[in-house]
Amino acid sequence: MSQFAQVLLSGLSTGSIYALAAIGFTLIWQAAQTVNFAQGEFVMLPAFFVLVAINFLGMPLWLALLFGLLMAVLVLGLLFKKLIVEPMLPKTGLPLIIATMALSILLKESVKEFYGAEAQPFPDILPQQTMNLAGAVISVQDILNLVISITAVVALTLFLNRTITGRSMQATAQNPAVATILGIDTKRMVLYTFLINAGLAALASFLISPLYLAKFSNGETLGVVAFIAAIVGGFNQIRGAIAGGLLIGVLDNLTATYITAEYRAALPLVLLILIILWRPQGLLGTDEGRQV
Amino acid sequence: MKRRMIAKALAAATLLGMAPVGAALAQETVKVPCVCELSGAGAVSGSNYRDGAKLALEEINGAGGILGRKIEMSEYDTQTDPQTSRALVQKAIDEGAYAIMGTVYSGSTIVNMLVSKQNGVPQITGSEAPNITQQGNPYIFRTSSSAAKGVPSLTAYFKEQLAVKKIAVTWVNNEFGKGGHDVFIKEMAAAGIDVVSDVPSEQGQADFAADVSKIRESGAEAAFVYLNEEESARFLKEARKQGLDIPLVGEVTLTGQKVIDLAGAAANGAYAHVGLTTGANVASIKEFAGKFQSKYGRDTDHNGIKGYIGIYAIKYVTELIGSFDREAMAKKMHGLTLDVAKHPGMLLTTSWDDTGEMARESFMTEVQNGKQVVIGTVPAK
Repeated sequence: MSQFAQVLLSGLSTGSIYALAAIGFTLIWQAAQTVNFAQGEFVMLPAFFVLVAINFLGMPLWLALLFGLLMAVLVLGLLFKKLIVEPMLPKTGLPLIIATMALSILLKESVKEFYGAEAQPFPDILPQQTMNLAGAVISVQDILNLVISITAVVALTLFLNRTITGRSMQATAQNPAVATILGIDTKRMVLYTFLINAGLAALASFLISPLYLAKFSNGETLGVVAFIAAIVGGFNQIRGAIAGGLLIGVLDNLTATYITAEYRAALPLVLLILIILWRPQGLLGTDEGRQV
Repeated sequence: MKRRMIAKALAAATLLGMAPVGAALAQETVKVPCVCELSGAGAVSGSNYRDGAKLALEEINGAGGILGRKIEMSEYDTQTDPQTSRALVQKAIDEGAYAIMGTVYSGSTIVNMLVSKQNGVPQITGSEAPNITQQGNPYIFRTSSSAAKGVPSLTAYFKEQLAVKKIAVTWVNNEFGKGGHDVFIKEMAAAGIDVVSDVPSEQGQADFAADVSKIRESGAEAAFVYLNEEESARFLKEARKQGLDIPLVGEVTLTGQKVIDLAGAAANGAYAHVGLTTGANVASIKEFAGKFQSKYGRDTDHNGIKGYIGIYAIKYVTELIGSFDREAMAKKMHGLTLDVAKHPGMLLTTSWDDTGEMARESFMTEVQNGKQVVIGTVPAK
C-alpha cells in the first residue's frame, strides 16, 4: 500500500508537469488553430536560459529563474508569435505546423551547438526531504511539484473565467470575427495566449529539469508525451489537458511498477489509440464542427 | 605572348616543385580516426574518449610522432546510433585509417567492429560488454576490462564487505547493460546472494520513480546499479528523492566524474568498481588528470583515460613491430604486456589476451563530498 501511495504521488507529480506542457498545445490550438510541434523544446529551452544566467552571467538561482522566465516569455511567447505565427497565420494549417517542426529542430540544434550535447546539472529548486506518512515515504519535492503545477493551472482557469481579459481571450478563441465586432483587441488576446503558454512551459521546465537534467534532446520525449496527453484529455479543453497529463503520469508509473518496465514507453501510445477509437474528441474534449 | 609563356612555365615549375612536398606531407601522417559518440545518449562517454585521445595525440606528435609520422585524427560522430557508427567506420577505413579509435557504446561496437574485421583494421574500443571479445574478431582490442572481468570483482565486496543476502539490480537495456546484468546474475547465484529485484530501464530514460520504488519495496539490502552516465545520475537523484538508504554499488560509471557533476549531493555514498580512475593514487594517473584538467578545464572520467591509453597503445605496438602494418599490429597485441616502466603512456601495466580482452589493476571507489575517492585496489586478473 505504501508503495502504491508513493508511486501514485510520483505519477501525479510528473503528470502535473506533463499537464503544464499539454495545456500549451490547447492554448495554441485555440489561439492559432495549429499544433505547435516545438512545444517539447519550449519546455527544454528555459532550463538553459537559467543555466546561462547562473554560469555565464553569475546570477543567483532566484534571479536566474526570473531571468529564465522572462527570456522564455520573450523568445517563446513574443518572438514566436511575431516572427513565425503572425506572418503565417493567414495560411493556417500545414505551413504553420511545418514551421513549428522546423522551429523544434532549430531550437534543439541551437542548444546543442551553444551548450553541448551532454546533459547538464540543473540546481534543485525544491527541498529534497522525505516524509513518512502512514508507512509510506513521501517526497516533499513530489508534493510541491504537484501543488505548484495545480496552483498554476487553477490560477490560469480563474484568470480565463473570472477576468475580463480572460473572457476576451476565450471569446477570441471561440470566434475571432465576432470578438472583433464586440470591440475586443483580438491580436492582443492572441499575444496573451502565447505569453501564457511560454510562462507555463518555463514553469514545467524549472520543475522537471532538476530530475531529468537539462539536455538539448529533452523536448523530444516531453513534447510527444504532452501531445498525447492533450489528445487523450481533449485537445480543445484545458481541463482535458490536465486530465490527460495526470493520467499518463500515473499510468506510466503504475505500469512500470506493477506490470512491465520494458513496455512503459508504449503505454501512452496504446492509450492514445484506445481513446481515439472510443472517444475521438478526448476524455473531456468537445466536438468541433468544421465545414469542408 | 612571351610573358604568358614565362608565367605558364613558372606555374608548371612551381607545381612540379610542390608535388614532392605534398607527397612528403601526406607521408608524414598516419590516420587514426576517432569514431565516437559525440552527440546522443553517449555524448558524455564519447567526448571524454575523444578528448583523452587528442591529449595523447598532441603529446606524441610533439615528440615526433610514430616512427617519424605525425598522427592525424579525424572525428566521426556516431550520434550514439549503431548503424551510423557502422557507416562511419567504413568511411574512416575508406579514407585510409591505420587503426580506429572507438566506439565507446557496446551496442555500436558490436555492429561496427565487423567492418574493421572485414577490412583488417585494428580497432581500439572503449566498450565493456563481454560479447565484444567473444566473437573471434582478431582486430578488436579493449582499453578497459569488460563487465565479465569487472563485475566479478564486486562479488567479494557484496559478500564480505557488505555481507548482504538479498540484492537488487537495475540495468540499462542495451548491449552494455545486458552484458553486465547477465554476468551479475551468474555471479550472485554462485555467491548465494538472492536477487530480489531485477529492474531493466531504457537508454535515455528520464523517470526512475518506479524503478527506485520497486527496489525499495523489494527488501534488498544493497543495489547493483549498471546504467550509463546520465541515467545513473537520474537514478541517484530519484533514489535520494525517495529516501532509498541502502548501499548503491556500480561498475565503472556510478562514481564517474560526470555522474557526480550531474547528480550533485545525491551521488555521495555511491560505490563502484572502476578499471580506471583519475582519483587513483598512482603518479602516472595523477599526472594525466592534471594535464587533462589544464587542457580542457574540467575533470574527466575513465573514458578520457581509455582514449589516452588507446592512442599510446597504437604508438607503442607500431614501434614494436617497426612498421605501419595493420595485420602485424593486431597479431602483436594478442598476448602482449606493455610495462608502464617502459611505456609510460599506458599509465598502468596493461596486458591483452588472445581475444583482445584486457587485464590491469583496478580500483574500488566511493563518492565522498562530491569527489570520487579510491577506497581499495583490486589486483589485475
